[in-house]
Amino acid sequence: MAKRIDVENLDVYYGSFQAVAGVSLVVEPRTVTAFIGPSGCGKSTVLRTLNRMHEVIPGAYATGKVELDGVDLYGPGVDPVAVRRLIGMVFQRPNPFPSMTIYDNVAAGLRLNGTRNKKELDETVERSLVSANLWNEVKDRLSRAGTSLSGGQQQRLCIARAIAVKPDVLLMDEPCSALDPISTLAVEDLIQELKEQYTVVIVTHNMQQASRVSDRTAFFNLEAQGKPGRLVEIDATETIFSNPAKKATEDYITGRFG
Amino acid sequence: MSTTTTTLAAPRGGRRAADGVIRVLVYLSAVVAIVPLVWILVSIVTQGLPAILSASWWTQDLAGTTDRRAGGGALHAIIGTLEIGLVTAVVAVPIAVMGAIFLIEYARGTRWSRIVSFMVDILSGVPSIVAALFIYTLMITLLGLGRSAIAASLALVLLMLPTVLRSTEEMLKLVPDSLREASYALGIPKWKTVVDVVIPTAFSGIATGVILGLARVMGETAPLLILVAYARNLYVSPATSNMGTLPTMINSGRNVAETLPGYERVWGAALTLILLVMGLNLLARGIARASRLKDR
Repeated sequence: MAKRIDVENLDVYYGSFQAVAGVSLVVEPRTVTAFIGPSGCGKSTVLRTLNRMHEVIPGAYATGKVELDGVDLYGPGVDPVAVRRLIGMVFQRPNPFPSMTIYDNVAAGLRLNGTRNKKELDETVERSLVSANLWNEVKDRLSRAGTSLSGGQQQRLCIARAIAVKPDVLLMDEPCSALDPISTLAVEDLIQELKEQYTVVIVTHNMQQASRVSDRTAFFNLEAQGKPGRLVEIDATETIFSNPAKKATEDYITGRFG
Repeated sequence: MSTTTTTLAAPRGGRRAADGVIRVLVYLSAVVAIVPLVWILVSIVTQGLPAILSASWWTQDLAGTTDRRAGGGALHAIIGTLEIGLVTAVVAVPIAVMGAIFLIEYARGTRWSRIVSFMVDILSGVPSIVAALFIYTLMITLLGLGRSAIAASLALVLLMLPTVLRSTEEMLKLVPDSLREASYALGIPKWKTVVDVVIPTAFSGIATGVILGLARVMGETAPLLILVAYARNLYVSPATSNMGTLPTMINSGRNVAETLPGYERVWGAALTLILLVMGLNLLARGIARASRLKDR
C-alpha cells in the first residue's frame, strides 16, 4: 500500500484545447499533497490524469509520463480500469449510489469486482466505515439508503467506499467544498488519519485547508485565460506558505490575486 | 394627487373587457377538453357495468354463444390481450432498453447515435396500420407464414419500441455523470457500471415507461384486425391463427342490434379494456411513488 507517483512532462488536452502543459512533480507515499491555484489552472485536471479519470470525457487525452512506483500508467497495454482500482477518488460533491443502502455503497467496489464472500464484505464494510469515522453514526442503520445521510456523512461514506477497495493512492477533488465547517473539520481529521496508510492528493480552493492538512503543496497557475495551466512550484507546505521560491506563489498565498 | 389615484384604480374599460373575454375562453376550453372524456367514461361505465359484473364474464369465453343469447364472457379476449401484450413486451423491452443504453452510454454525441435517434423518431411516427402491413408483407407474403398472434405482437413491437426507447433514454440522461465517475473510480468496468449503477438508479423511471408503453399498445386495433383472426373461443398458444382480444371483440360486435344481449357485451369489453389500461397506469404511478419514498 501507499505508493509514490512520479509525473513527468505531463500535457493534458481537451480536444484541441491544451489545459495543462509540462507538469513534472513527485507525490511521496504516506503524505498528503495539496494542489492549490486559481480556477482554471488545471489542478483538478492534473488530479484526474493521475487515475486516468479525465479520459471519461470525450476528446480528452494526455501525453507524458505518470508512474506509480515506476510503472507507467499510460504505457501500452495498461487498462485504465485496473489503474483506478489502485488509485481511488473522492469527488467534489458527495455522490453515494442512490439505488443502494449504506452497506451496499461501501461494498460496491468489492462486490462489483466479484467478491461474494459475505464475511469478507462485512469486515470490509465495518473496517472502511471505521476508518472513515462514520461507523458509530451509521452502524445501526446500514440498510438505510446512502442518500438518507447528511452531506458531511455522505462525503465520509464516499471516502469509506473509496478506501474499501484498498487503493494505494487516494485522490480528493475539493472534497469539502460542498460541506459545512463542522463536516469539513471531520473530513480534514480523517485525511490526517488516512495518510498513515495511503498516499493522499487533495485539490482545494481553501488555502487554510491546504496548510492545515497537507505535508507538501503544489501551486498551479495560468498565464491568461485560454492558456494552459502550469505547475509553478511544489515544496513542503511550510515553505510554500512562509517562504515560497516564486513571486507568483507569494502573491497568491497572500491574497494579492486569484 | 390625481395621477396617484388613476394608477392605483382598478382597471376599467378595454383592459377589463379583454380580461373577461380571455378568462371565459380559458375556462370554456378547459370544460370542452374534459367533457368528452367524462362523457365517454360515464357512457361506457353505465352500459358496460352490467356485463362485467357477472361472474361468467371473467371465467368463460363466448364458445357456443351467439349475439342473440345471454351468458358467456370475455375470458378469451382478456387472455388474448394480456398474452399479446406480454409477448410484445418480452420482445420490445430488451431491444428498447439496450438501444437506449447504446445511445446514451456508448454512442452519446456521435454520428451513430444521431442516425439511430433519427430512425427511432421516424418509427415513432409510423401509423399502426402501416406497421401491421409491414409485418403482413414480411411474414405472410414473403415468408409464407399464416396469420398468428405472434405476427400481431411483432407489429405492436414496432409501435412500442420507440416509446419505450425514448422514455428509457430520458431516464438514463437523468442519471448524473458523477455516479458513473464514482463507479469508474472504484475500478468498476463500464458495462458493470451500466448494469449495477446506472440502470438501478433509473429503474423506476424505466419501468414506468415500459408500463405506459404497454398500456398504449394494448388498445391498438389495426394490427390485430389484419394479423390475427378474431375468435370467440379461448386460444392460448401464441402461434394460433385465431385469437380473441378486447379491441377486436369490440369490433366484431359493432353491428349488433341494441336489443340483443351481444350489444351489452361490446360495452363490457370496452369497459374491461379501459380498466386494464387504467390499472397499468396506476401501477406505473405506484412504482414511481414507491421508489421516490425510498430516496428520503
